[in-house]
Amino acid sequence: MKETILETKGLIKYFYNPSKFQVIKNVDLKIQQGEFVSIVGKSGCGKSTLLYLLSTMDTDYEGQLFIHNQLITGQSDQNLAKIRNEKIGFVFQFHYLLPEYNVLNNVMLPGLKLGKYSKKELEQRALKHLKTLEIDQHALKMPNQLSGGEKQRVAIARALINDPLIIMGDEPTGNLDRKSGDVVFDIFKKLATEFNQTILIVTHDPDFAHKTDRIITMEDGKIIS
Amino acid sequence: MNYKLILDIAIHLLRARLKQTIVAAVGVTFSIAMFISLVSFMSGLNGLLDGLMLNRTPHIRMFNEVKPSDNQPLSLSKDYKGNTVFIHSIKPKDRGKSIYNSMSIISALKQDKRIIDVAPKVTASVLYNSGTIEISGMVNGIDVLAENTLFKISDYIKEGKLSDLFQNNSIIIGKGLSDKMLLSVGDIIKVSTSNGTLSSLKIVGISETGIADIDNMASYTSLATAQKIVGQPKNYITDIQVNLYKKENAVAIAHEFHTVYDVDTIDYLAANVQFETGSSVRSIISYAVGIVLLIVAGFGIYNILNMMIYEKMDSIAILKATGFSGSDVKWIFISLSIIIGVTGGVFGLIFGFIFSSIIDVIPFSSPSVPSVTTYPIDYNGSYYVIGLVFALFTTLISGFFPAMKASRVDPVEIIRGK
Ligand SMILES: Nc1ncnc2c1ncn2[C@@H]1O[C@H](COP(=O)(O)OP(=O)(O)O)[C@@H](O)[C@H]1O
Ligand SMILES: [Mg+2]
Repeated sequence: MKETILETKGLIKYFYNPSKFQVIKNVDLKIQQGEFVSIVGKSGCGKSTLLYLLSTMDTDYEGQLFIHNQLITGQSDQNLAKIRNEKIGFVFQFHYLLPEYNVLNNVMLPGLKLGKYSKKELEQRALKHLKTLEIDQHALKMPNQLSGGEKQRVAIARALINDPLIIMGDEPTGNLDRKSGDVVFDIFKKLATEFNQTILIVTHDPDFAHKTDRIITMEDGKIIS
Repeated sequence: MNYKLILDIAIHLLRARLKQTIVAAVGVTFSIAMFISLVSFMSGLNGLLDGLMLNRTPHIRMFNEVKPSDNQPLSLSKDYKGNTVFIHSIKPKDRGKSIYNSMSIISALKQDKRIIDVAPKVTASVLYNSGTIEISGMVNGIDVLAENTLFKISDYIKEGKLSDLFQNNSIIIGKGLSDKMLLSVGDIIKVSTSNGTLSSLKIVGISETGIADIDNMASYTSLATAQKIVGQPKNYITDIQVNLYKKENAVAIAHEFHTVYDVDTIDYLAANVQFETGSSVRSIISYAVGIVLLIVAGFGIYNILNMMIYEKMDSIAILKATGFSGSDVKWIFISLSIIIGVTGGVFGLIFGFIFSSIIDVIPFSSPSVPSVTTYPIDYNGSYYVIGLVFALFTTLISGFFPAMKASRVDPVEIIRGK
């Protein structure tokens, strides 16, 4: 039997500004180890909002969130930061790299924070990931010297550095041209098939979604399929 | 918490904004440097003025004050014991200015281990006569050697030598007197006292203290000459001046001598209250200026950190998304302010020292303190410690609020906001 990586029970979220309205409506969700899942839906239906809840960054919700069968809801800021560091890898639409650090250091940073491996080992691991993503030749460049697609691959390498339980992405190809988008998708695919990495990607690109293992469709804050 | 990593991130953030950081740190440097040089200078000045005061004032002076007797004859009467008595129109009895039993007091004091030296003195108000003019003034009959150990008066003798006072009927007059009466060394000056005696004395020197009141009125002779001028015997002494090894004890010892020897005593603090006030006002001014400068520098740091936070919102969001907690982010920004404060502060100490040394070699001369040739600086380590503590304190305070703000940045808002 496969392990459950992510689970929600009756997830509800309201926005109060400008007026009270419910963005997430009673979402029950289960994601198993090794699944490559995409969340699709019309713009404004609450995909991003749901992902931020799952990412533990947004704590203002009702219902329960479990990661690896551990209840996350109600944990302290300190613990949540630790869980994000250790168990979740993020890739955003806009490649958020730290402009002050070079590519290699950007990838290593969450690892340094975790402190599980020495700096030397982390460097080796970071280079290995960069090699898998075929950007190791840019390891010593600064982020502003890279193209959009390359930056996104660096962000994926960073997401991988602590061997997370799950990688989450909010439209990671949304800001890329077709070709770079395909390269990024192929990388996710490869991670899922070759390394059995659990991946959850929000997208509004139907082509992207159709190539994933499982599609979750949202409408108006609810999961409809 | 991983301090090394947090410091590393702080340093990387600083490097990205190197110019503004340097400006903020220079603000701290400037204020600390000003604080150090100001306080050192003011305190040097205080030391100089205190020295000026102590150069002239004995730690304890013993004398006879003209005052009504504490015990009026009526209080000896048994009949009125316990009654409240009113006596009108009491007049002080002039027991003379002479200290009773002065010789035995002096020899007792000379045995006292707490005392550096004892300088007996005879003061007499006189009229100086030269031709037709009369100028009122004061003759100080001094024990030449003891007076010099206590007050270094030889420093103020501009012409002639102090030791010339050992000659009979010799006098050293103040510069103002010599100017007014057109008298110079070798001339004769006539001195008359209130009881009518007139003496002719030979001028062997001119003294200049820089204080007009003294230079225009005072002159020095030996004890014996002074006693002769006032027509009094060898045991006539009006003041006994004492310097202590520990001048802090002056108040207590003055009180002790008052009871033991039954004379009036005054300690140097009571005699110079206004000096203390001046000193503390000067210190307060320099500290106030230093603190004001630091507050200004603090605003500079606050500004740069605030600006940095707005610029680095994305970086803060990404740090939080990848597992740095609010408190990690807070410490990153506090480290930033500490780095600015410490480097700015240390350079401030260095420049403060340099400025002080520059002030220290600027020529400055005053006739009242002949031993001083440049502006006085007090190189006191504690000012440097205070300066650094101040610098750290202000930077911490001004860094704290931006740091709290950074720690509360909501990454979702930033990531969504794009
Ligand atoms: N901070 C917010 N305050 C109020 N409403 C918000 C806020 N963020 C998003 N919304 C609204 O919530 C809905 C869902 O937004 P979002 O999850 O970003 O949609 P999606 O990612 O599916 O396009 C939208 O109608 C959006 O306008
Ligand atoms: Mg969205």
